[in-house]
Amino acid sequence: MTDHQEQAVIAVKDLAIYFGRGEHQVKAVDQVSFAIPPRQSFGLVGESGSGKSTILRALAGLDHVDQGQLLLDGEPLQIKRTKAFYKKVQMVFQDPYASLHPRHTVDKILAEPLAIHGFKDIEQRIIKVMDQVALPHKFRFRYPHQLSGGQRQRVAIARALILEPEILLLDEPTSALDVSIQAEVLNLLNRLRAELSLTYVLVSHDLAVVSYMCERVAVMQQGKLVELLQVDQDGKTYPKQAYTKQLNLASQGYDRARIEQFIDHD
Amino acid sequence: MVNQATKAPLLAVNNLNIRFPSVHGAVHAVRDVSFTMGREKVAIVGESGSGKSQTGRAILGLSPGQVSADSLIFDGIDLQRLSSKAYREIRGKRISMVMQDPKYSLNPVMSIGKQMIEACQIQMKVSKKQALARCMQMLEAVRIRQPQRVFKAYPHEVSGGMGQRIMIAMMLLSSPDLLIADEPTSALDVTVQLQILAIMDDLVQDTGMGLILISHDLPLVASFCDRILVMYAGRIVEELDASKLDQAQHPYTRGLLSCLPSHATKGQPLATLERQDSWLDEALENRGLRV
Repeated sequence: MTDHQEQAVIAVKDLAIYFGRGEHQVKAVDQVSFAIPPRQSFGLVGESGSGKSTILRALAGLDHVDQGQLLLDGEPLQIKRTKAFYKKVQMVFQDPYASLHPRHTVDKILAEPLAIHGFKDIEQRIIKVMDQVALPHKFRFRYPHQLSGGQRQRVAIARALILEPEILLLDEPTSALDVSIQAEVLNLLNRLRAELSLTYVLVSHDLAVVSYMCERVAVMQQGKLVELLQVDQDGKTYPKQAYTKQLNLASQGYDRARIEQFIDHD
Repeated sequence: MVNQATKAPLLAVNNLNIRFPSVHGAVHAVRDVSFTMGREKVAIVGESGSGKSQTGRAILGLSPGQVSADSLIFDGIDLQRLSSKAYREIRGKRISMVMQDPKYSLNPVMSIGKQMIEACQIQMKVSKKQALARCMQMLEAVRIRQPQRVFKAYPHEVSGGMGQRIMIAMMLLSSPDLLIADEPTSALDVTVQLQILAIMDDLVQDTGMGLILISHDLPLVASFCDRILVMYAGRIVEELDASKLDQAQHPYTRGLLSCLPSHATKGQPLATLERQDSWLDEALENRGLRV
C-alpha cells in the first residue's frame, strides 16, 4: 500500500465531506482513503447517496473538503485550483443533455478551453480531437440539440481531451444513454486510454460497467468505503462484505427468492 | 364476468399508429403495433425514441399525437369510441399508469396523504374515512414501514425509491385491471429496483392484474416478465417468451443483448449495434417471429 502511495497520481487520505449543520448534518464522505497509480482505471461504485460523485467533485475542486487531504502526484491540492491543475485533470459529466452550452456550437465548445489556456493552434487541435473521438467533421458547426445523445457525449469527452490531460474524471458517463450507445462510448473510452496513456476515475452505479472498465473498484455505502476490489482478467470480482455481495446479486436480474433475503442497509 | 375475462384477452391492440405532424412532415412514432395480452406480465423494450412510451400512453388515451388503430379493445370495451367522460371512468380506475420519475409525477406542494386521499375519493367515491383506511392499506401493501409518517410528508422529503412506491400505491388504490408501468424503476438503485418489481409481481399474482412494463433493460425484464415485445423505430420487431430470450432471432434483439458489458470479455471491445434500414419495413409476420 505504501508503495502505491509513493507513486500514485491521485491519493485521497482520510477524506471527509459534510453537508448541513447540527442534527441535520450529513456525512456525505466519511474517512475515505485510496490511491490510484498512473494509467490505472479506478472505479467508484455505490447506490445513490453513497458519496461516490461527491468524491469526484471534490477531486475536481467543485466541492469543499472538511477533513483529510487530496494529493496529485504527491502534492496536496489547494482549495483554489490552478490552471495547471485543469490542464492535467479534466472531468466528463453524467448528462450530455445538460453539460453542453445549448447556444454554443461544437466548434465554440471545443475552442473555449483552448482560449482559456492560451493555445495558439486551435484549428489543428479541434480537428485532431474530433478525429480522436470519431466525430465526423460535418458536426463541427452544429449545436448540441442537433446531435444525438451519443454524439453529445463524444463532444463532452472531446472537450475534456482537447487540453491533453493525463487524468479523466468520469461521472457516470453512460448512464443517460441507451445500452447500444453506451457500448460505443465505453469502447471509445477504452481505446483513448490505451492510445493516450490516461488515468481514469470512473463513477458508476452499474457494477457491470465498472468491472468491465476498471482494474480496481472501491465500493461506497453511505459515505464510507466498504471494500476495495481487485477486478481479475475475466472481469470478475470476489467480494467479501455482505453489502457488496448483495449489490452483485442484485445486478444479476430478478429472482424472487433472492430478493426476499435482501437486507435494507439504511 | 370472471369466465369472460379469462377467455377474452384483457387488452387487444390492432394496428396502432401514432403520428406527430411537424413542418418537416409527420414523424411516424408508432407503426402498425398489434398485440393482445391477458392477465400476465408483458414487457415492451426498446431504445429511446422507439415508441414504447407512446404505445403505453395511447392505451390510456393520453398520447398528444394523431392516434389511429384498427381496434383498441380493453376487456370488451372499444376504447376508441369512448367519450372523454367515459374514458375518465376507465383511466385511473381500471387502467392505471406509473410514470418514470416520482419527482415530476407527485404534486410538490401537497402532502402525500392529501394527494392520495384526493385520488381515492375521485376514483372510488368513498367517504374521507374510508379513503384514509384504503390509502394506509395500500401504503402497507407496497411495504412502506411507517405509513403514518410518510402520509404527512411532502414529496421532497422522501427518497426516490420511497417516492416510486408511493406512486405505485396511488395507482393501485382502485385495484385496476391493467397497470402500465413506464420505466418505473430506471431512476432507482438496483436493490430497490428489484424490491419494487417484487411488489408488482405480488399484485399480479394476488389480484390477477395485467401488467405492461415499459423498459430499456432487456435482461432485467427477461428475468421478470412472461412475454417481451421488442420495439425498434415504432415497430414491434420481435415478440418472444421471456424464458427464450437467448433464442432471440432478430438481429436488433441480439445486438441489444451483445452490447452489454457483462457479455464481453474484459479487454475486448464491446459489440456495437449495426442498424439496418430494412428493419423498418419488414412486417413481423413475414419473418415468422410472432409467438
